[in-house]
Amino acid sequence: MSTFLEIRDLHASVDGTEILKGISLKVNRGETHAIMGPNGSGKSTLAQVLAGHDAYEVTQGEVIFNDSDLLDLEPEKRACEGLFLAFQYPVEIPGVSCTYFLKMALNAQRKYRGEDELDAMDFLARVREKMAQVQIDQSLINRPVNAGFSGGEKKRNEIFQLLVLEPQLAILDETDSGLDIDALRTVSSGVQQYRNENNAAIVVTHYQRLLDHITPDFVHVLSEGKIIRSGGPELALELEKRGYDWVRQEAGQLAEA
Amino acid sequence: MSEPSAAVAERMAPETRETVKAFTDGGYKYGFVTDIETETIPPGLNEDVIRLLSAKKNEPQFLLDFRLKAYAKWLTMTEPTWPKVGYPKIDFNEIIYYAAPKQKKELASLDEVDPELLATYEKLGISLGEQKRLSNVAVDAVFDSVSVATTFKDKLLEMGVIFCSFSEAVKDYPELIEQYLGSVVPIGDNFYAALNSAVFSEGSFCYVPKGVHCPMELSTYFRINAAGTGQFERTLLIADEGAHVSYLEGCTAPQRDENQLHAAVVELFAHKDATIKYSTVQNWYPGDKDGKGGIFNFVTKRGRADGDNSKISWTQVETGSAITWKYPSCILKGDNSVGEFYSVALTNNYQQADTGTKMVHLGKNTKSTIISKGISAGVGQNTYRGLVRIAKGAENARNYSQCDSLLLGDKCGAHTFPYIEVGNTTGQVEHEASTSKIGEDQLFYCQQRGIPLEDAIGMIVNGFCKEVFRELPMEFAVEAQKLLGVSLEGSVG
Repeated sequence: MSTFLEIRDLHASVDGTEILKGISLKVNRGETHAIMGPNGSGKSTLAQVLAGHDAYEVTQGEVIFNDSDLLDLEPEKRACEGLFLAFQYPVEIPGVSCTYFLKMALNAQRKYRGEDELDAMDFLARVREKMAQVQIDQSLINRPVNAGFSGGEKKRNEIFQLLVLEPQLAILDETDSGLDIDALRTVSSGVQQYRNENNAAIVVTHYQRLLDHITPDFVHVLSEGKIIRSGGPELALELEKRGYDWVRQEAGQLAEA
Repeated sequence: MSEPSAAVAERMAPETRETVKAFTDGGYKYGFVTDIETETIPPGLNEDVIRLLSAKKNEPQFLLDFRLKAYAKWLTMTEPTWPKVGYPKIDFNEIIYYAAPKQKKELASLDEVDPELLATYEKLGISLGEQKRLSNVAVDAVFDSVSVATTFKDKLLEMGVIFCSFSEAVKDYPELIEQYLGSVVPIGDNFYAALNSAVFSEGSFCYVPKGVHCPMELSTYFRINAAGTGQFERTLLIADEGAHVSYLEGCTAPQRDENQLHAAVVELFAHKDATIKYSTVQNWYPGDKDGKGGIFNFVTKRGRADGDNSKISWTQVETGSAITWKYPSCILKGDNSVGEFYSVALTNNYQQADTGTKMVHLGKNTKSTIISKGISAGVGQNTYRGLVRIAKGAENARNYSQCDSLLLGDKCGAHTFPYIEVGNTTGQVEHEASTSKIGEDQLFYCQQRGIPLEDAIGMIVNGFCKEVFRELPMEFAVEAQKLLGVSLEGSVG
């Protein structure tokens, strides 16, 4: 069987400080994995390293994505191969409209895959369909990318891009942070519509509340740069109730109380 | 605003720096030389040279007097040293002040123009022939010091619009020249304006009569070809009462190791209710990536919104020249007159630009807008220098200025010197400034969506310049965007 995503003993550091200290994780198509953990445990680092941010140096380990070595690829190639990161802090690009940006992205990916670029009409048809799914309106996507967007609008825009680009692997980096209940529902419903048996999602989150809407198949606890426990959706519920300390104690990261 | 310099520039990851470097090592696609016989006069400047130049062009006495007066004035002046640019001292006696493609006789039509010359303009993407009819742009092409051809002249003349080379105007409309020449930029205005007034050889002239909306874009294309030559054009645009005109100039030069001087003067005169829109896409040879060669572009451009409700609008996209020293300005004399300045200036490699505008409010309820976008890459130095002056009698004058700088890499610099003088308490002056760098995070965000790094930089830079590009006539906006891409990437074309 071919490998969709396999992370093997991944170590990564930033400015000489090791943040990821040996992460191993296997994700198959059709699965949703949640990665939870206390602040500073390395969750966002993992997301950024997978996407190829060059502030992070991979010092050890490998990542196989669709049978090839992911770490060898430039960030834009990773995107073209089907890896999408919904940013925790989406970046503003003044003067460049969301629509223009997205069309450029989509056509760059299509070109990479040897597909025809979408013309303006086809592109707009696709955009309209997806706009409805995340309740995003025309005036928002005519505005420059994320410029002056509220926190909720930024996150919705990330999910909107996810739906238009239809990647194989979506990594959602704390997409739920800063959302009110309604926005959370919209965003989760967008993610639900994305999911199918041919793609996969890695959901990085602090809280159970997103997982109420997006039920994960697996939950992993990341602490001090390592996955210290993995389980099913029930693990998230238990974490919600009991916090992280007990898992960390069991993993030997904290002294017994 | 303070002076952010290289120190402020971002800390880029090595890979990013490499990539930025790779496509900021720009190639210059207009650097060819046309092999054509040129008639020049020996280098150097004195009264005799000016008399010779004037005689060659059969100029009337008033013009010779104008030149000699300017020359006498120039001799008493010294080069300005206040711009924030550095270059070796220019020896004005090494410059050739007149170079013309050799022609047997006067040209009756385009068909008689040297095919080499026409080929050159084709190469530059400027067709002087039939195709331009489709794009509705009338072109006056200036090659070294001589106007080669003006298209659509007859069609424009039917509406009373005069559009021709400066020399033709001197011959055919001497009274207009005598009346307006030096009325906006006086001969002793500054060192280079005085020099230009003494030795200018060619340029464009335009007069739009009362109430006429010029039916097409007017355009002048300047090209320096001969070596060791200075180019000193003179452009004079007059919009009579209620007239409207939109004018565009483009400039290129061959790639040469020595520096060439370009010291032009542009004068715009707007009467009551008239509007002049003047756009420039300047792409003089910027020098190579080590800073060798390139044009010294020392230009005086000024518009006089003389009549009530008149309007002068400057839009410039400056990507070329080794050194740019240029402040297209507006004298807002008429009540309710409006001045605008939209500028994109890009400096890459060793280019230096000190550019901006002057808005002088004299009339009541006058209004000015300044939008300046500076982009620095390589070790380029980009300075905005602007003056907003509200005179004592200028009741309710308003100005809005916005100066934004964008830095690429960690060796370039952006500087802002806004001068504000308010002599009337009813005046309102707003100034906003920002300095940003193309952030690693912005680039990563684009890349994460599949957009290659160089496309991402192009997109971000164009987004940064959007407010200025949308002021350009449609067909030139596209050209300007492309030019910016070329200037940054050096991989296109």
